[in-house]
Amino acid sequence: MEKIMMKGNEALAEGAIRAGCRFFAGYPITPQNEVPEYMSRRMPEVDGVFLQAESEVSAINMVYGAGGAGCRAMTSSSSPGISLKQEGISYIACAQVPCVIVNVARGGPGLGGLTSSQADYFQATKGGGHGDYRLIVFSPGTVQEMVDLIGLAFDKADEYRNPAMILSDAIMGQMMEPVVLPEMRDLQQINKPWATTGMKNRGQNLINSLGLLPEDLVRINQELQEKYKRIEANEVRYAVEDVDDADLVLVAYGTSSRIARSAMGLARKEGKKVGLLRPITLWPFPKQPLADLAAAGKRFLVVEMSVGQMVEDVILAVNDRSKVDFFGVPNGAVPTVRQVYNRIMEIL
Amino acid sequence: MQKVFERPKALSDKKMHYCPGCTHGIVHRLVAEAIDHFGLQEKTIGVAPVGCAVLAYEYFNLDFQEAAHGRAPAVATGIKRVLPESVVFTYQGDGDLASIGLAEIVHAATRGEKITVIFINNAIYGMTGGQMAPTTLPGQKTTTSPYGRDTSRVGFPIRVCELLNTLDGPAYLARVSMHDPKNVLQAGKAIKKAFQVQLEGKGFSLVEVLSSCPTNWGMTPNQALKWVEEKMVPYYPLGVFRTPEEVSSCDA
Amino acid sequence: MTHEIICAGFGGQGVMLIGQLIAYAGMVEGKNVSWVPSYGPEMRGGTANCSVVVSDEPVGSPVISEPNGVIAMNQPSLERFLPVVKPGGVLVYNSSLITMKETRDDLHIIAVPANELATELGNSKVSNLVALGAFLQKTNVVTADGIEKALEKVLPPHRHKLIPLNLEALRKGMALV
Repeated sequence: MEKIMMKGNEALAEGAIRAGCRFFAGYPITPQNEVPEYMSRRMPEVDGVFLQAESEVSAINMVYGAGGAGCRAMTSSSSPGISLKQEGISYIACAQVPCVIVNVARGGPGLGGLTSSQADYFQATKGGGHGDYRLIVFSPGTVQEMVDLIGLAFDKADEYRNPAMILSDAIMGQMMEPVVLPEMRDLQQINKPWATTGMKNRGQNLINSLGLLPEDLVRINQELQEKYKRIEANEVRYAVEDVDDADLVLVAYGTSSRIARSAMGLARKEGKKVGLLRPITLWPFPKQPLADLAAAGKRFLVVEMSVGQMVEDVILAVNDRSKVDFFGVPNGAVPTVRQVYNRIMEIL
Repeated sequence: MQKVFERPKALSDKKMHYCPGCTHGIVHRLVAEAIDHFGLQEKTIGVAPVGCAVLAYEYFNLDFQEAAHGRAPAVATGIKRVLPESVVFTYQGDGDLASIGLAEIVHAATRGEKITVIFINNAIYGMTGGQMAPTTLPGQKTTTSPYGRDTSRVGFPIRVCELLNTLDGPAYLARVSMHDPKNVLQAGKAIKKAFQVQLEGKGFSLVEVLSSCPTNWGMTPNQALKWVEEKMVPYYPLGVFRTPEEVSSCDA
Repeated sequence: MTHEIICAGFGGQGVMLIGQLIAYAGMVEGKNVSWVPSYGPEMRGGTANCSVVVSDEPVGSPVISEPNGVIAMNQPSLERFLPVVKPGGVLVYNSSLITMKETRDDLHIIAVPANELATELGNSKVSNLVALGAFLQKTNVVTADGIEKALEKVLPPHRHKLIPLNLEALRKGMALV
């Protein structure tokens, strides 16, 4: 397999195409523009559809239509644009339309800035739009994972009929690393009998999110919650490094996990026993592995490019069995390896 | 015995929830007749709006997607682009299409999306209880314009066909009315033509249907139809605003 | 060994390109690599930079705050990065455009009249490759062969006719050290 250097955003777009994505709708916003630009070149080559929508709102609703019609469909944006899509995401979650939403996150709140950010964790993992729903949220830690996880996101979205999100950030989107691209997926293997394709030789297929009768809405929500339980039981993904002998376990995802990893290396050189747990799925969250490490007496330092969001889930998972510290930076800043290292040395 | 009148195949036998005298039921039937006429039941996907017709998918015996408020043209775009051989239509009211969903309809039209839009203009928000719509007439009383629509404060109604007719994208734009049998027949022909334009790949088609809302207008069904004829038709002139010359086999 | 390199200069001086060349050559030579363009306030004022990591280990942070190698192509870049280079690190600066006001005696500092040397080759645009040549000769992060392979990958096909000129500029820089 040939290794090539690719930008995160372009690798993600190519990964989507190879995973069978044949519909993309998006709207220009920095720092994700490489995704729609790449798609606009590439989709015609694979008989797919690229549409520059009139708004983020329309883009997500086009994805709803295309996904509901059985196509592997996606949209991408960055933080303010993802806020605009929340209405559509809530409908998609309730209507159980598989699709992938990519957030190449930037600093907020409001118009924010163009620097990298992890301040959309709450939005991604705790709903974002109205109602009790969940996205399956993947967080790539390398450009290779941008490729691998978007393929997995399409597979899991189809398997559970649930929207999946790639929560990336400006640095991940803009950086180049070597990648090995997978083979093109065989589209014939993707079979969706529930899709609205015209009622040939069958009864009506319906994609909707309406439960006007209270008992209907209860049934819809129970069905969703049962599905979310299955996802929580089966789809937790995370990576650990050097946790066995560790006194302190760093918990970080995406770009901040890379910074944490370098800081861990510096601390290990000083003889400090530091490990790393990197959630790959942010929802479902790796609660049990954290609880187990806490039970084994490890302390935790959560590192985020925000003033503290995922740390709340770590605290819930640890549940007072151990101590959880936090290092974060306000949006606009990127934590340095030295800052994280210094925090480690304060604790140990 | 020969059956001379029956339910179109594309309509289900579900009892409709629409108020007495509401013309939604007739428009549903006209759409279903057009679909049957061209034999499209197996390849049609409808998109339901938010508004009184939110349950349209229960009344049509067709695959359906229900859209968020105003977003039906975007949803229809997604469906049609990935299933270009299918027939896709939206069924939208005036609040849905001309207020919260104005961007979606304008851009679907200007892109020339090969979809059909059935646009119900009854000058009011029906589902939510009779609030002022973007198409509410000057002076018309609603629950949010209790002293009558004051154009100096809230502006003027939007004429959707005329607005879309400024664009190069649409292929077929027509306004019809439900106020008497002759016009209902005319509406049926326009709806058939709109589907034919889509079938022949000519582009975006929209039929605006002037409709009555006796409940929220506070009128009897007959008074309401008369109000459509006397008040709405003068403000919203009937006719074909745009038609592709090549489509001729349908006699609308 | 881990090389953490920042290439900085005006937009148009090709600093992003030389960063990509180092990364690509590192990959070709079997190293772990990353390249990331600058994000943040340093984008203002027309100065761009990129961080490149070339390492025998998997790359941790792709964003560098304490480089052990810097190629500075203009004055603001030098002033920004001179203070943060790790002791013992290498700093190559474009002396055609930069006046060294203060210096450090714990670094290997190399002045390269990159614009003059590039102009001697008939194209001032390859000043970036001249500076890169000097940097590589001093640090051995990657080889000239690696850069040649990288040029074929990084430059679009219609620019491949410029590869000989770029290599000439690279060698000119190398010869200086």
